[in-house]
Amino acid sequence: MFFEDRALDTSPKVSDEVRKTTCYMCACRCGINVHMKDGKVAYIEGNRDHPVNKGVLCAKGSSGIMQVNAPSRLRAPMKRTGPRGSGEFEEISWDEALSIATLWLEPIRKSSPEKLAFFTGRDQSQSFTSFWAQNFGTPNYAAHGGFCSVNMATAGIYTMGGAFWEFGQPDWDRTKLFMIFGVAEDHDSNPIKMGLGKLKARGGKVIGVNPIRSGYNAIADEWVGITPGTDGLFISALIHLLLKAGKIDLKYLANFTNAPCLLNETPGSPDNGLLLRDSDGKPLVVDRTTGTLTPFDEPGVKPNLAASVEMDGVTHRTVFQHLAERFLSEDYSPEAVGERCGVSAGRIKSIAAELARVAFEEAFELDQPWTDFRGKRHETMTGRPVSFHAMRGISAHSNGFQTCRTLHVLQILLGTVEVPGGFRFKPPYPKPVEAHPTPHCHSKPDCPLDGPHLGFVRGPADLAFKEDGSPARIDKAFTWENPLSAHGLMHMVISNAHAGDPYKIDTLFLYMANMAWNSSMNTRGVMEMLTDKDENGDYVIPRIIYSDAYSSEMVAYADLILPDTTYLERHDCISLLDRPICEAEAAADAIRWPVVEPDRDVRGFQSVLIDLGARLGLPGFIDENGEARYEDYADYIVNHQRRPGIGPLAGFRGDGTKTGRGDINPDQLEKYIENGSFFVEHVPDEAAFYKPWNRAYQDWAVGLGFYDKPQPYLFQLYVEPLRRLQLAAEGHGERQPPDHLRQQILECLDPLPTWYPVLEETVVDPEQYPVHALTQRPMAMYHSWGSQNAWLRQIHGRNPLYVPTKIWQQHGFEDGDWAQVTSIHGQITVPVAHMAGLNENTVWTWNAIGKRKGAWALEDDAPEATKGFLLNHLIHELLPSKGDGMRWANSDPITGQAAWFDLRVRIEKVTAPEESQPVFGALKSPVGEGPAVVRQKVSK
Amino acid sequence: MHPAPSVIVFTVLSGLGFGLLSFLGLGLPQVTGWEAFFYFALAFALAVGGLVASTFHLGNPQRALKAFTQWKTSWLSREAWLSSLALVAMGLYAFAAVFLDISAGLLGWLGAALSVATVVATSMIYAQLMTVPRWNHWLTPLHLLTLSLAGGAILAQQSAVALALLVVAGIVQILHWVLGDRRFEERGHTIESATGLGDIGAARLFEPPHTGTNYLLKEMVHVVGRKHAQKLRVIAFVFMIVLPIAVLILLPQGIVSAALAILCYLIGTFASRWLFFAEAEHVVGLYYGARSAQAVAG
Amino acid sequence: MTQLPETSEKKLGLVIDLDTCVGCHACVTACKGWNTENYGAPLSDMDAYGSNPSGTFLNRVHSYEVEPRAGGCSQTVHFPKSCLHCDDAPCVTVCPTGASYKRQEDGIVLVEEDACIGCGLCAWACPYGARELDLAAGVMKKCTLCVDRIYNENLPEEDRIPACVRTCPAGARHFGDLGDPSSEVSMLVAERGGFDLMPEQGTQPTNKYLPPRPKDQLPDMDVLSPALEPVAGEPKGFLKWLDKALEAI
Ligand SMILES: Nc1nc2c(c(=O)[nH]1)N[C@H]1C(S)=C(S)[C@@H](COP(=O)(O)OP(=O)(O)OC[C@H]3O[C@@H](n4cnc5c(=O)[nH]c(N)nc54)[C@H](O)[C@@H]3O)O[C@H]1N2
Ligand SMILES: Nc1nc2c(c(=O)[nH]1)N[C@H]1C(S)=C(S)[C@@H](COP(=O)(O)OP(=O)(O)OC[C@H]3O[C@@H](n4cnc5c(=O)[nH]c(N)nc54)[C@H](O)[C@@H]3O)O[C@H]1N2
Ligand code: SF4
Ligand code: SF4
Ligand code: SF4
Ligand code: SF4
Ligand code: SF4
Ligand SMILES: [Mo]
Repeated sequence: MFFEDRALDTSPKVSDEVRKTTCYMCACRCGINVHMKDGKVAYIEGNRDHPVNKGVLCAKGSSGIMQVNAPSRLRAPMKRTGPRGSGEFEEISWDEALSIATLWLEPIRKSSPEKLAFFTGRDQSQSFTSFWAQNFGTPNYAAHGGFCSVNMATAGIYTMGGAFWEFGQPDWDRTKLFMIFGVAEDHDSNPIKMGLGKLKARGGKVIGVNPIRSGYNAIADEWVGITPGTDGLFISALIHLLLKAGKIDLKYLANFTNAPCLLNETPGSPDNGLLLRDSDGKPLVVDRTTGTLTPFDEPGVKPNLAASVEMDGVTHRTVFQHLAERFLSEDYSPEAVGERCGVSAGRIKSIAAELARVAFEEAFELDQPWTDFRGKRHETMTGRPVSFHAMRGISAHSNGFQTCRTLHVLQILLGTVEVPGGFRFKPPYPKPVEAHPTPHCHSKPDCPLDGPHLGFVRGPADLAFKEDGSPARIDKAFTWENPLSAHGLMHMVISNAHAGDPYKIDTLFLYMANMAWNSSMNTRGVMEMLTDKDENGDYVIPRIIYSDAYSSEMVAYADLILPDTTYLERHDCISLLDRPICEAEAAADAIRWPVVEPDRDVRGFQSVLIDLGARLGLPGFIDENGEARYEDYADYIVNHQRRPGIGPLAGFRGDGTKTGRGDINPDQLEKYIENGSFFVEHVPDEAAFYKPWNRAYQDWAVGLGFYDKPQPYLFQLYVEPLRRLQLAAEGHGERQPPDHLRQQILECLDPLPTWYPVLEETVVDPEQYPVHALTQRPMAMYHSWGSQNAWLRQIHGRNPLYVPTKIWQQHGFEDGDWAQVTSIHGQITVPVAHMAGLNENTVWTWNAIGKRKGAWALEDDAPEATKGFLLNHLIHELLPSKGDGMRWANSDPITGQAAWFDLRVRIEKVTAPEESQPVFGALKSPVGEGPAVVRQKVSK
Repeated sequence: MHPAPSVIVFTVLSGLGFGLLSFLGLGLPQVTGWEAFFYFALAFALAVGGLVASTFHLGNPQRALKAFTQWKTSWLSREAWLSSLALVAMGLYAFAAVFLDISAGLLGWLGAALSVATVVATSMIYAQLMTVPRWNHWLTPLHLLTLSLAGGAILAQQSAVALALLVVAGIVQILHWVLGDRRFEERGHTIESATGLGDIGAARLFEPPHTGTNYLLKEMVHVVGRKHAQKLRVIAFVFMIVLPIAVLILLPQGIVSAALAILCYLIGTFASRWLFFAEAEHVVGLYYGARSAQAVAG
Repeated sequence: MTQLPETSEKKLGLVIDLDTCVGCHACVTACKGWNTENYGAPLSDMDAYGSNPSGTFLNRVHSYEVEPRAGGCSQTVHFPKSCLHCDDAPCVTVCPTGASYKRQEDGIVLVEEDACIGCGLCAWACPYGARELDLAAGVMKKCTLCVDRIYNENLPEEDRIPACVRTCPAGARHFGDLGDPSSEVSMLVAERGGFDLMPEQGTQPTNKYLPPRPKDQLPDMDVLSPALEPVAGEPKGFLKWLDKALEAI
């Protein structure tokens, strides 16, 4: 016997069959190969052909098998038997469950559809769920965007027709300097990591702006440990320096942005601050050649950034001049902002210089001719290898909208959006505001809603009020408190419903959102609101229906549970109609299909909605004879059409060869499955950049059905809809804001990017609460659901509060110590740990690791429940009362984005308690507890 | 290292057993018949009992025979051979002594040599480990061997030899502690050499790879408080060396004094052996920040 | 035999780029997934849903903070670690049963589980914590370098790489023959100054680590660089400059 003499099979059979579908542990939606053995899931790996992940998978995706087999999976529909919040349930049949739901919902629809609030969490089927809600007729529908990243989305769309995140990505193959703000993980998780890898391999540089140096910021070549909430100032200083030095792309600004558009400066006029337009409503510019006012899109026009025109004794200047005036102000000099940002003036200067150097000195030309919307042919594409990315770190503040805007304006000034080496949109973006709907909120008994719920407000007329001027929506979206709340305000629904403000509802219908725990602000308060009873002993929120796939904390607070399947057991559709999986170079959509059949009495939620829709007789769900129109979700995916020829899936339409537009293809799903469960259509080379202005791209987009005619547009350095709302606050127009909001609207809804301190700072004494407190997503966990995964919970089974060196020493902390953390809203007691690479006034923890006892099929003494904790107890959905009788939301005053990261605390060392505080009683687990030993292996 | 009861019991008892066998093999004392029976029964009980205890440490004891295959490289394999051979040799020798009243001198010498070799092999299992600097020293075999022989001598009622061996074992023990305390630093193992990050600066564990525990932490990362260890060292030394010496000198030689001395010896040796493991730091602890902070408890 | 081969024909191993690893743990669970379903006994998880979960993993990611000697702010380094397939592997020579061995053809260090008695000695002998005894199976587990993937004819050619390398989203893990100086991995090591872990242990690891590139190199700029030279003295001057600059385009 010698070395090689071993019985070792180096070529074992890997599986009986590979089924390709789409991952679901996060919104990145990577392609997966599911290896099957004996009809069971044996191993999951990335699909190399997939446009999103090209074969790689993250830690969650690779642990999918433990998700699919998790003991926490719900088993059957359930009816509550104990009091709300106890977790006591009785399993019932689907027939009974659906009859109950119908019994509850039918009368509401007949009398007052708005009494149903249907909110769908981190829903990947929003075009479908919103369609259902619209057919039901309630104005009260949204998904989770309001507490997630609506600032990012809205600021991007209003400024440049798309944002970071799922809307676009850096040109990873060409960028040389990449600056990333406030990102721990992002939705685009694998592509960002792949991109960083590519950049690093090429020797590119990364600048990370983040109070915390972990993850992406750990590998950043330069780390800027900024003070939370001050990015807007920091970016403004960069703009200040670049403008001052003339390091901006004037040609780009003149041709592709509204910088040369003229602003009406007539004092007191109802048009003051609006763009000068011609009779067709087209914004006007001054042509440098002729010196005359000309529509911006006139062929041959050379828009003049420096122009001003005299009319009726008033001088009207360009947007660019207003912008320059603002940012050249010494208020934005590095010296003026440095200390507040926690970044030295010298460092701000060196970063600005580096941006300027790479953008302009390393500029390059791509040999690719293209034609712009004015008909001008360009022989090359100019590349500027600087790119940016940002997410919730700047978005989840109450000044987040303006901060995101400021960052977009910085990129636009550098001319690095939609150019080689810069930031690129993913189809169907870019898309101007005009291509999006406006909000609709007019509900009538027994009738569908008058249009889509969510949209982009252009001015006061689009706000969502009832006839009597009161908010039309339960979450008060699209009101003067947060006029551009394009994603709704899911975080306000329970609180408002409980307060009966603006009105009472009957049924709260939730899907996939753990609102009784980690997705709520003021978690304890929310649990109390959900269980609170009125003087008659009835629940204040009368009925709660919830669909979850697992035994989450929220399950215990519902009256009726509609158990969902896991992601490998159902059909899903990741549609170009809502949140696509496209890459900058391609449009793409995808499906999921049941690669295994459920072994429990559970049903895909979308199929359940279809059934419910038919039972309720909703117009979109029944045919002429009143019979169910769709058998299930798969049937809907194939046969539903939004507009003729346009359905949920863009690929393999008609006879299987049509793309974008085409007839229904009954074999469409089979085609997708054969193709790896996705479909890609590449952007032609000529259309690859300058998409908003590129004729080839516009034509291609029309062909695919993104819009019906070309929609070229200008980037909006100046956002006119904001000015229209300000005009109302100045007293113009019919619709008027209440007096107490006028000042806020004038200050915050500035049509040019601006910075103001986050709202919490204005009501909290910084001396008393000197420390910023943040959360970050761990890359290996998805919110609350990672903990039920036996592999992942070993990586993050509890979460310390990370404390910077200064505070660590100040309090004499040692490893193993605990601290009491107090905000103006609440108090928690938690374990601490030391981190040196951390802004010196900031503490943080991993998000959503703490769990309620009894949830997720974990034992009551699981570390998640005894040592883990949530910061959410410290964050309230309302700001502290200002004594004016008003409820001031802890949200961005423009979009309603929940201001998670505005939180300020103070921290004290305390003796270690038995468990993290606060402790809540154990829920009764509807699924029992998981097994003691797991030995996952299919082949024996 | 984790002071697992099975290995502590194993090394202490089998050490004592083979120590006793060494003396019996040398004919110290020269016993036959019933007297021999009791001596050998005790020796075998200790030696075999210890070996049996060691199998509790195994994940798959039913395959233990495979441990005989790698004598060329593995001290554990050598130990298996040597202990078996020692037991066979001494078994035959004992059979002859008990049932045939024969003292087979040459066989006894061979058995004694094999018994000593067994103890050395056992100690080499620890002494060979570069990963545990405290053990990785020529004093380690000497330490285990002197203790084993001292215990054997007490049981064999060889007072003079026992006294001499106890003195030597005591000196070796103190040296093992004192030198052992410096071994880790002397070897230059640091978190920087472990991670290779020393070129940048001083490294510190920020987050362990998992918030729970694992086999490595349970087995190899054990932290004892300094004060606690010092106290135990005193107890160990007093019981293992000082008291047996006192008993042997002050009490008349006989079963009672031997029993008393061995009782003290056992208490002391168990304490010493517990420390032998508990104080031994494995370099893998560096990756878990075990040296820079006491964050990771065993 | 637990004797080590004099030398192996190839030295297959991993090169891990500490400048690129974002600490995502993807390699950790991809490894767990592949190796639980394949080579030998499944990697078990004890107390899987309880208070003290502890399972067997062949690859784990530590995170360190480093205070630069030269001053400046602390750096964070994510640090994945699995078996380094040492040339002079002490884990092999201590094994009493021959279960542990190093392959002559490619240098991979493996455990033949049917021969393993679970004595744990090899784990003691390994300086790197690369071996974990599976508590349910009682056998020693370690990185196999995915020996059942890299030669597997049932996998497409491009997939004949370790599971952790295939999945790493950042591309921080490289696989190849470190015995061949002209291989991509060897060149990467040469170019980036790849290093050994705990060289003083004399194990001669095959796996190499690429150091983080120098960080925080942009100087604090007291005076403005030429790149940021203002185009004009006062705001009015800016407009003049603008007009001139526009003329030029
Ligand atoms: N402190 C703090 N709190 C935060 C944040 C923060 O940064 N800091 N971030 C906020 C943000 S951005 C978000 S998006 C929220 C996220 O918070 P949530 O949207 O509540 O996210 P999850 O915890 O993932 O909960 C989703 C629920 O969906 C269930 N689920 C999982 N898969 C399925 C399925 O296939 N079908 C069905 N029907 N249900 C399923 C899960 O079991 C879980 O109960 O948290 C918010 N909360
Ligand atoms: N693995 C994993 N992936 C996920 C999720 C998950 O739960 N797990 N959740 C998904 C969801 S719903 C979302 S919304 C996305 C969110 O993805 P991210 O946008 O990455 O969100 P967070 O993890 O909240 O990270 C916010 C980051 O902003 C930083 N930050 C906070 N305040 C400031 C500030 O004022 N300035 C700057 N510059 N930085 C600041 C924090 O330090 C943190 O690094 O991730 C998605 N992807
Ligand atoms: S990033 Fe991870 S969890 Fe999200 S879809 Fe991709 S593999 Fe799945
Ligand atoms: S890393 Fe450890 S287990 Fe792997 S070969 Fe080296 S010594 Fe052996
Ligand atoms: S645990 Fe197994 S592989 Fe390791 S030394 Fe013991 S017998 Fe050999
Ligand atoms: S090479 Fe294979 S066994 Fe080794 S760490 Fe990577 S995935 Fe795990
Ligand atoms: S998968 Fe890659 S980036 Fe992620 S932890 Fe492993 S080596 Fe690092
Ligand atoms: Mo989110």
